[in-house]
Amino acid sequence: MTDVLLEIDNLSVDYETARGDLKALRNISFDVRKAEIVGIVGESGCGKSTLISSILRLIAPNTRFRSGEIRFDGSDLLKATEREMRALRGDEISIVFQDPMQTHNPVLSVGQQMIDIQHRSKAPKGEKREKAAQMLAAVGIPDPEARLDQFPHEFSGGMRQRIAIAMALMSEPNLLIADEPTTALDATLEVQIIERLQELQREMDCAILFISHHLGVIAELCDRVVVMYAGAVVESGDVRKIFHEPKHPYTRRLIECDPGHIKTRARILPTIPGEVPDLANIPDGCIFRDRCNQATERCMAHVPPLESVGEEHMAACWLNHEEVTA
Amino acid sequence: MLIFTLKRFALAALILFVAVTLMFLMIRAVPGDPVQIMLGPRATPELQARLTAELALDQPIFRQLIIFYGNMLQGDLGTDVFSGRAVTQIVFQQLPFTLELIFGSIIWSAGLGIFLGAYAASYPNTLIDRMVAIASVSFVAAPAFVVALLSLLLFAVHLRWFPAIGAGNGFWDRMEHLVLPSFAIGLSWVGYIARLVRASMLEVLGEHHIRTARAFGLAERRVVLVYALRIAILPVVTVIGVGMGFLLSSAVFAEIVFARPGLGKLVIDSITTRNYPIFMGSVLVSTGLFVVSTALADLINAWLDPRARSAK
Ligand SMILES: Nc1ncnc2c1ncn2[C@@H]1O[C@H](COP(=O)(O)OP(=O)(O)OP(=O)(O)O)[C@@H](O)[C@H]1O
Ligand SMILES: [Mg+2]
Repeated sequence: MTDVLLEIDNLSVDYETARGDLKALRNISFDVRKAEIVGIVGESGCGKSTLISSILRLIAPNTRFRSGEIRFDGSDLLKATEREMRALRGDEISIVFQDPMQTHNPVLSVGQQMIDIQHRSKAPKGEKREKAAQMLAAVGIPDPEARLDQFPHEFSGGMRQRIAIAMALMSEPNLLIADEPTTALDATLEVQIIERLQELQREMDCAILFISHHLGVIAELCDRVVVMYAGAVVESGDVRKIFHEPKHPYTRRLIECDPGHIKTRARILPTIPGEVPDLANIPDGCIFRDRCNQATERCMAHVPPLESVGEEHMAACWLNHEEVTA
Repeated sequence: MLIFTLKRFALAALILFVAVTLMFLMIRAVPGDPVQIMLGPRATPELQARLTAELALDQPIFRQLIIFYGNMLQGDLGTDVFSGRAVTQIVFQQLPFTLELIFGSIIWSAGLGIFLGAYAASYPNTLIDRMVAIASVSFVAAPAFVVALLSLLLFAVHLRWFPAIGAGNGFWDRMEHLVLPSFAIGLSWVGYIARLVRASMLEVLGEHHIRTARAFGLAERRVVLVYALRIAILPVVTVIGVGMGFLLSSAVFAEIVFARPGLGKLVIDSITTRNYPIFMGSVLVSTGLFVVSTALADLINAWLDPRARSAK
């Protein structure tokens, strides 16, 4: 397993709140290999953003790491010093955050921000500016040279999203983390961005951790997928396996509810009856049991472990343990 | 853009008109015969009659107001009752002293206030933060004239570090004379600005673009001093612009305590001597100063904030 780039190992993260600890992530494990695209899919609030902010340790002040490791190139990022983290950020690991409208500094020009993030390079300013313009052109922003002098509010949401992607790719990172980078875009633009990401990924040979709650995008782009539900991984593995023979009822429902393909997909989340449990007050047993139509006694009492259900395929559901339940 | 500018100008003119008219009426409401006070008890009736006619005091008050505005629009604010010099000349001679004092106060207090506020916000809820909070509350509670008197007694009279009175001659001497009065005026602003900056800085530091800056490994200093502070100081500019009225009234106290020349001293002297032309001239200029400073604050904000720039 030398080709593993990022390993999330049994990670649990809480948010301290007035109502008590909100268990945002519980025992998350998965990994990302070099030059591979891994998708994370799950409903709103299932902890996707919490997970990726934890990787770079750019976390809200009330975040508490309760257990687990996040290993990047073999070393645990949760034990790294702030200085070591800063050296990784925007160099080996880049990130595209969720909300493109607020992701750039409103009072500095886009060019200034793109020059600033090249602070590790010793190149003269003119060269950095040229590189910034090249990157803007690469993500399909017309007339990049002139637009460098403009401010974020002079760009549309889709353009800002592309600028964010350009900025993240500028350092040619080994790992690009993209948090719903296409949610703010209309369908055609989304396709364009996905294709661009694929091209750039092939060119730069970087791994991508791609977050979305759109199954179509994930199916299109990713090699492997991690399905999250209420702060836990319920299923993970090869993208085709998971789409063709899902081994967790939640994944199945997600696929059933998804209206289909990348072009016709609805903007809203798939609807599954029932509510996500309160993360500050997690009930016993399987996290999905209240919305599952196949739940048994056992699901009420015990948490199903995430276990291999085939080659390159893991799931956390008692239904895969029929030999025991039957 | 044009409509915005026109609106601003109309508002500025309105403020100026209302304030000046009010002052015009108020000085005339002060009890006592103005001509007698101006000329003293031993003036001849002829002299009194001449001055009354000159100031149009025999006319109904409404006509006096019209005459005043008529002359004002022609750039004529009348002549000083005592020296006979043009009011405009006298007022503009005093104006630099007051401007010097106000800008001196703003610069040191805003500088220190911004520094303390940004520092406290970078280390919230630490000992440093609490100390800044306590210091700023006590600064805010200290009125300018009390600070002026105390600092005069302590630093000028007792310790003799700084000159006590006047405005000085030559650059360094003038600067030295500026220290105590601008300290007195600025002290309460330090606390106020520190608290303002701390609050807005904490808000900005929690915004998503700051996380982005950190995600690219920018040095924390650059994140705080450039990416956050540029935004966090925007409210300070507005507050100082609007606070110009307050600064002017503190300047009056400081000018009296430190016997400095300036608009404040001019106003007080002109009230006690009922020197109507001088009074109106200084009121007009200080109101103008207020109006200009709020406009200036908008301009500076537009310069610092591209969003405001293109909104116009
Ligand atoms: N700073 C915080 N303090 C307390 N709770 C938080 C905090 N940030 C997030 N949460 C909660 O943690 C849970 C996970 O949030 P997260 O943002 O990771 O979800 P997400 O999967 O990214 O959702 P979305 O698809 O809407 O972006 C949610 O219930 C959210 O309300
Ligand atoms: Mg999110």
